Amino acid sequence: MSKRIFTGDLATKEMRAIAEDSSIQTIWDRKLKQEPHCGFGTLGICCKNCNLGPCRIDPFGEGAQCGVCGADADVIAARNLLRHIAAGSACHNDHGREIIKTLLLASTGKAPGYKINDAVKLERFAKEYGLETSGKDVNKLAEELAERLFKEYGQQSGELMLTNRAPKKQIDIWRVNNLMPRGIDREVTEALARTNIGVDNDYRSIMMQGMRTALSDGWGGSMIATDLSDILFGSPEPLRAKANLGVLKDDQVNIIVHGHVPILSDAIATASVDPALIQLAKDKGASGINLAGICCTALEVLSRKGVSVAGNFLQQELALITGAVDLMIVDLQCVMPSLPSIASCFHTKVVSTNPRAHFPGSVYIEFHEEKGMEIARNIITMAIENFPKRDKSRVHIPKESRDLVGGFTTEYIFKMLGGNYRSTFSPLNEAIISGRIRGVAGVVGCDNPKLKSGETHITLVKELIRKDVLVVQTGCAATACAKEGLLVPEAAFKYAGKGLQEICAAVGCPPVLHLGPCVDNSRILTACCEMVKEGGIGKSLDELPVAGAAPEWMSEKAIAIGWYFVASGAMVVFGNPYPLHGSHNLTKFVTEEVESVTGGKWAFEPDPIQMAKIIIEHIDKKRQALKLKPMMYP
Amino acid sequence: MKNLYYVFKKCVGCKTCELSCALAHSQSGELSEALKEIKLSLPRTTVFAATGENYPVSCRHCKEQKCVSACMAKALTRDAATGMVLHDENRCVGCWMCVMVCPYAAIRPNRKIKLPLRCDRCKDKDQPACVKACPTRAILWEEEPEPKK
Repeated sequence: MSKRIFTGDLATKEMRAIAEDSSIQTIWDRKLKQEPHCGFGTLGICCKNCNLGPCRIDPFGEGAQCGVCGADADVIAARNLLRHIAAGSACHNDHGREIIKTLLLASTGKAPGYKINDAVKLERFAKEYGLETSGKDVNKLAEELAERLFKEYGQQSGELMLTNRAPKKQIDIWRVNNLMPRGIDREVTEALARTNIGVDNDYRSIMMQGMRTALSDGWGGSMIATDLSDILFGSPEPLRAKANLGVLKDDQVNIIVHGHVPILSDAIATASVDPALIQLAKDKGASGINLAGICCTALEVLSRKGVSVAGNFLQQELALITGAVDLMIVDLQCVMPSLPSIASCFHTKVVSTNPRAHFPGSVYIEFHEEKGMEIARNIITMAIENFPKRDKSRVHIPKESRDLVGGFTTEYIFKMLGGNYRSTFSPLNEAIISGRIRGVAGVVGCDNPKLKSGETHITLVKELIRKDVLVVQTGCAATACAKEGLLVPEAAFKYAGKGLQEICAAVGCPPVLHLGPCVDNSRILTACCEMVKEGGIGKSLDELPVAGAAPEWMSEKAIAIGWYFVASGAMVVFGNPYPLHGSHNLTKFVTEEVESVTGGKWAFEPDPIQMAKIIIEHIDKKRQALKLKPMMYP
Repeated sequence: MKNLYYVFKKCVGCKTCELSCALAHSQSGELSEALKEIKLSLPRTTVFAATGENYPVSCRHCKEQKCVSACMAKALTRDAATGMVLHDENRCVGCWMCVMVCPYAAIRPNRKIKLPLRCDRCKDKDQPACVKACPTRAILWEEEPEPKK
């Protein structure tokens, strides 16, 4: 047995020891082999955008200070950062595009496995786009909406419709500073065009396009993806489920959905409860079908169907090493290329499904909405038929799994606070104004082996709720805290400060609200808009006593998300900085100067306690500016 | 006598020294060609990461050479004139004892050809390749200081 001490939650530690004993390489081993990571890449001062280079800037000031074309550290770091933002935004915007396509197919009867699940939300959403809704058939309305949304992707000028959700003062900030996104695809394209050799050579101007691109994600692609997913698959409402590898079952067919787009995971979840398939599983000697998820697609089916979460990003390989997974079905984003080779050590099948994302070594079954249910059934049948091949002597499922409550949305917060008949945000605002709650912090993002996998999130969130900060979460950060038992109402009495405890007791909610996958960070934007609308705590988003953090971020999507929050007036703290510090000017811009433009800014701090301190100081500063009462229980 | 010295605080861990070392010892001396060579040239210098700092490491050609005394085949000798540890490929049996005893982990086993690799300070050139390649000038090629009496 391995004697090394591993980091992570108990299940992660246990599985890492097993991986080491079985000589299976995981992300932690590969990370060690990469060390030291190249400093030029880390600092953002390596440019390979053209064939004059590749070029590097000597950060110590003795060697080259310009690339061959003449670009200095500021230009190179800013261009690289803009490319990261463009790639991250492209992911969310493309995700949104897929959901629109499904809405169109469903509404025109071409995808019989999908239908409009939330007609009320559809009508409300269509009205926001200026569509005539009265007396119109639901499907007809959905079709018109889908066509309208596709147009917004190709729109060349004007503004994105959903930016109208923002407070007036916020919209003015964007208009005055030329930050208003003009079309969803347009901003990503322009961002890439600007980073070509000899185009935009002013780091400030490059970053302004960075913010406009990120806004096209947050108030465009992501927000559309969230709302249409609610319309198609149903608006989430709080429900209990479990998280961690212990949700795998040794006597059932274990199927894991992994990736991001709910079109696939929803179909699998629906098909997995098909009595005929369950009977087939029983015929093969299993006691049933157990569906679990990893990464954000898990959180899509968690918040809508109560499917349990097997783990977050870092646990995807460990899930396979349990030897108990009969089939893992993946779509795209955050799916490690190493999965098929790890699966090949066991009977596990990895099925890839998206034409954008191929994984050599996996079985490729292209997913089409038109035949969604049929394909889902076929894949589940494949898993059932694989069950008898499971080598029971090699199965090792850790015991750990914790309860969580997921499925909160902006709309549900209304209902939760005010009840069905007089739903309102006012209790939240009142609690902030009276000093029971200090403010709201979003703790989101990935998990990363560079930090103590997951522990950063837990320490930060515990510290924040102890200081009466209500925490909202999405993505793998939420899963990390769920595994620690922070996402249940009982956690308030164990960890929260007295003020927050009183609110949680009165409302019956956890001190940490799970808002879903990372694409649903847009829910945090809309919740902030509602807080402003309710009144008393600021006239634009930057005046609110709120902040965001992604302590263990690793994906480019996190950079895009961080930037749409900063561009919307929030302060965002990352654990490790993105490639930036090679340019003194760019660092100054993102951590200081940008505040005079949007009211938001960046901070970087890997230590979770210090990070909490930065967030609390920021929230207190905003409270002071609003002249709110002192904290009730300091 | 000149030796390699490292200003480790300036090392950003880009591993350009590793690449340039492999290239300098390749047949072609050209990156894309060197990758196709049958007797693949491997770097003789490695950048290690520890306690938040980066440490480039290559053979120190120590005055008291654990590797020379550990070599059972007498393939290793120290040339007093140049101060360098020399390796006789014909005598080497590939037992990796030198790799094991080196306190700096500066000797790399080339498992494919069963020969240990170590820095030869680019013997026939005026300056080792890594010194020229280092973009932050973290590698120095300087006279060894006189031993203190």
